[in-house]
Amino acid sequence: MSVTDWITQVLEVVVALAAAPALLGWLNQCRAWLQNRRAPSLWLPYRNLRKLFHKEAVIAENASPLFRIAPYVVFGSMVLAAGIIPSMGTRLPLVVSADAIALVGLFAAARVFMTLAAMDVGTAFGTLGARREMMVGFLAEPALLMVIFVASLISSSTALPVITEHLASGHLGLSPGLAFSAVAFVLVLLAENARIPVDNPATHLELTMIHEAMVLEYSARHLALMEWAAQLKLFNYVCIGFALFLPWGVATGHIGPVGLLVAIPALAVKLAAAGAGLALIETVSAKMRVMRIPEFLGTAFLFAVLGLLVHVLLGA
Amino acid sequence: MLLLGCVALLLGWAGIGFAGLLRPRSVFFTGRILFPLGALLGLALAALGAASLAGGGIERLVLPLGLPGLPMHLRLDPLSSVFLVLLGASSGGISLFAGGYFRAGEGTAPGLLCLQYHLFLASMGWVLIADDAYSFLVAWELMALSSYFLVVTQHRIPEIRRAGFLYLLMAHVGAICLLLCFGVMQGGSWLFTFHAMRAAHLSPGWASAAFLLALVGFGAKAGLVPLHVWLPEAHPAAPSPVSALMSGVMLKTAVYGMLRVGLDLLGRPVWWWGLVPLILGLFTIFYGVLFAAVQTDMKRLLAYSSVENIGIVFTGIGLTIVFAGSGMRVVAALALLATLYHCLNHAFMKSLLFLGTGSVLHATGERNLGRLGGLIHRMPWVAWLTLIGTLAIAGLPPLNGFVSEWLLLQSFLFADHLPHAFVNLLIPMGMALVALGAALAGYVMVKFYGVIFLGQPREASLAHAHDCGWLERIGLAWLALGCLALGLAPLQVIGALGAVTRQLIGAVVPQASAHWWLLAPVPGRPVSYGPVVFLTATLAVVLLTALLVRLTYRQRVRRAPAWDCGFGALTPRMQDTAEGFGQPIRHLFQSFFDIERELPAPADRAPRYRIAIRERIWKLLYEPLSGAVERLANAAARVQQGRISVYLLYSFATLLVLLAVALLS
Repeated sequence: MSVTDWITQVLEVVVALAAAPALLGWLNQCRAWLQNRRAPSLWLPYRNLRKLFHKEAVIAENASPLFRIAPYVVFGSMVLAAGIIPSMGTRLPLVVSADAIALVGLFAAARVFMTLAAMDVGTAFGTLGARREMMVGFLAEPALLMVIFVASLISSSTALPVITEHLASGHLGLSPGLAFSAVAFVLVLLAENARIPVDNPATHLELTMIHEAMVLEYSARHLALMEWAAQLKLFNYVCIGFALFLPWGVATGHIGPVGLLVAIPALAVKLAAAGAGLALIETVSAKMRVMRIPEFLGTAFLFAVLGLLVHVLLGA
Repeated sequence: MLLLGCVALLLGWAGIGFAGLLRPRSVFFTGRILFPLGALLGLALAALGAASLAGGGIERLVLPLGLPGLPMHLRLDPLSSVFLVLLGASSGGISLFAGGYFRAGEGTAPGLLCLQYHLFLASMGWVLIADDAYSFLVAWELMALSSYFLVVTQHRIPEIRRAGFLYLLMAHVGAICLLLCFGVMQGGSWLFTFHAMRAAHLSPGWASAAFLLALVGFGAKAGLVPLHVWLPEAHPAAPSPVSALMSGVMLKTAVYGMLRVGLDLLGRPVWWWGLVPLILGLFTIFYGVLFAAVQTDMKRLLAYSSVENIGIVFTGIGLTIVFAGSGMRVVAALALLATLYHCLNHAFMKSLLFLGTGSVLHATGERNLGRLGGLIHRMPWVAWLTLIGTLAIAGLPPLNGFVSEWLLLQSFLFADHLPHAFVNLLIPMGMALVALGAALAGYVMVKFYGVIFLGQPREASLAHAHDCGWLERIGLAWLALGCLALGLAPLQVIGALGAVTRQLIGAVVPQASAHWWLLAPVPGRPVSYGPVVFLTATLAVVLLTALLVRLTYRQRVRRAPAWDCGFGALTPRMQDTAEGFGQPIRHLFQSFFDIERELPAPADRAPRYRIAIRERIWKLLYEPLSGAVERLANAAARVQQGRISVYLLYSFATLLVLLAVALLS
């Protein structure tokens, strides 16, 4: 553990915290352009967070302490996840304490706290959102795990940096197993981050919403933390995608400032491309009915299992 | 010496039980004195087991008890020590809780209950140290009988008597298989000590038969699908501490038996044996968790969740055997570690949850999730301690449930090195099912916790619910502490379990890291997990965020009526019911369930919605089976005429046949 490793570690978290709202802003901008609308500012998510942090918090009368703790736990989980995923460098001191399975567990913990908080006040929308979120989660989570396992089998480890280093050192093309799981991963990413076609982040039509229904009772700083955590989640998922499928530009091995000078622009370019790509997917697809979501995610799960089977059959 | 200590403690438990008969009506005497004393003995037993595990040695003892010429053989080795620790440590918490839980006027008198309860404990301990088939089966039957009487504590209710009967029936179907299994394993020597069974050389066919018989026998006790049917009936019927003991500990004695027979008595296992528990275990995971998701009775939900966890354990056993039979010893040891770890975990977390439901039941008189809600305000102790168990069983890091799932998944990842091409393809499916089961368990647990403890109270009477007493709090806290400790110190636990893998597999999982906090058990793979760092990092981030937010933004928090998108008139009826929360699962996996539904007509004045979900297995397997048994019995009953002359004729005919046989041979 050298000093540069720790610097990389801190930098990763700081960059994630700072860039996550921008990624969302960029995605919204691209979407607006593709849909022939005037685009909102890239900085809108930051202004939103700032506004929310400055407001007076209103909490329901019958909310329990769990309701107030949950935003901090959810936010903390996402920050920690950002520290585990090798987005810029692979030598991260924190990463020895949590591999990819633990990362999926971390996401699950955040989800459980969020749904419990949504059920805490006891409103119709809260429980409805919680139920739907768990419905998305119980299929998306194993699909994500399966996607990770394909990469783990290829690189003989479930530690994300090892996977990234192994894949980055290999040839440029995707192996067939990984190709299937890449499809699965994109589907999971859309579902987990409440994007179209699973959820509509822009809607406030109660009957169709999932994420928004859960955070309905939150206001001010609690809402800000929840929103920021959601942006971080999107950022983290995109970075997992990079680590598994596009590991180029990530500084491997012990690096100095030079490695980071390559890694940061590479990350920025990849994020920009991913944001544009997601905006395109969201523009060309329509929101599904809620009970169609399991079919969508079941497809993702099957693709992931197929990826695993193809990998085992072809022997890497 | 340690073994003698164990025997003394088990006899002590029996003694405490009989002491209960001194003042059978006194709740104070049994609850405040005897049960806490039993808890102390449990902790002492756990300490003895831990000491034996640390020593790693084997002790034997022959007690001149029982039939003449058939002394009782006892043995304490690492495998039994682990399960003694499990029994002692978890029963310590359960007994403390039970001390505060049992009240007068609830079915069986407290003194008698105390006797049954402590005999149950002692017989479970005796099963673990028995070293011959006789004492094993005697203890096994004592365990079944004492728990049967505990299940029917409220014997005035017909459903409970029926549940008890089903339990007794399944227990005996299993016991018959075990009897046959031991009969096969003596291998012609007619010696029924385990020592002789280890030495017996069985042909592969007979060894496989013994293994399958053991799987059915122990599977019926553990709750392996399709032999699980008694669990969802007996667990809700029993008083909560008994449910906790049965689910947390008794199911594990079956796992102990399976490991003892499969990996110890039968010698080196054949690899394909493992496929049977593996496939059954995977199916059990999926089946258990799906049914747990649609339950509306909180204890029944937990019973199905136990079925799921037993599936995880048997999946681990199956993997262990497949790997051990294929010569991959270190990986087999890893799978065995996952199995044992999950047993320990489940003993703590499931007991905690069952006891939590017991407190809720006492405070509200309700088992139906549809009439609970909002109890976190009225019963904070129970709610927060149960939350730990809920998060643990949902498999969330850094608690204990995650560790065993992590170990199991890691051992799955070695499957592509197996020398059997067909199995290589099967294993990814297994991994997918384990992952899906874990995620569904999260669903189930959110439903369980959210509907009971969060939201608004669904009934007006819940406003009078009270928190549990101090003995119960200590019991719950002890189990919650166990969940935390098992989650945060996996390295120490795994180090202690090494003696078992050395005994059964002949290999130890190497620890690749020099740090005490870093779990890196996977041979040759750079993988590690450090729960302490994980927890510290999470807590640090959470606290730092809270501190920063607090320092920077000083705005106060205002309490106001719930916003709910501006709709007024919020009533508790608008929350999801248990049926509602499980609806997506019911809808998605419709073909799994036998659903009976009564929907209200549009013009109904008093609309009623009723839904009953049964297992298809009753119609497909058990009802035809019981019908066949009945027909067979009716056919056999024709022999029974009730007239002396006919019976004399039978005797005469028998005599003639025997004479003919004797003459011909």
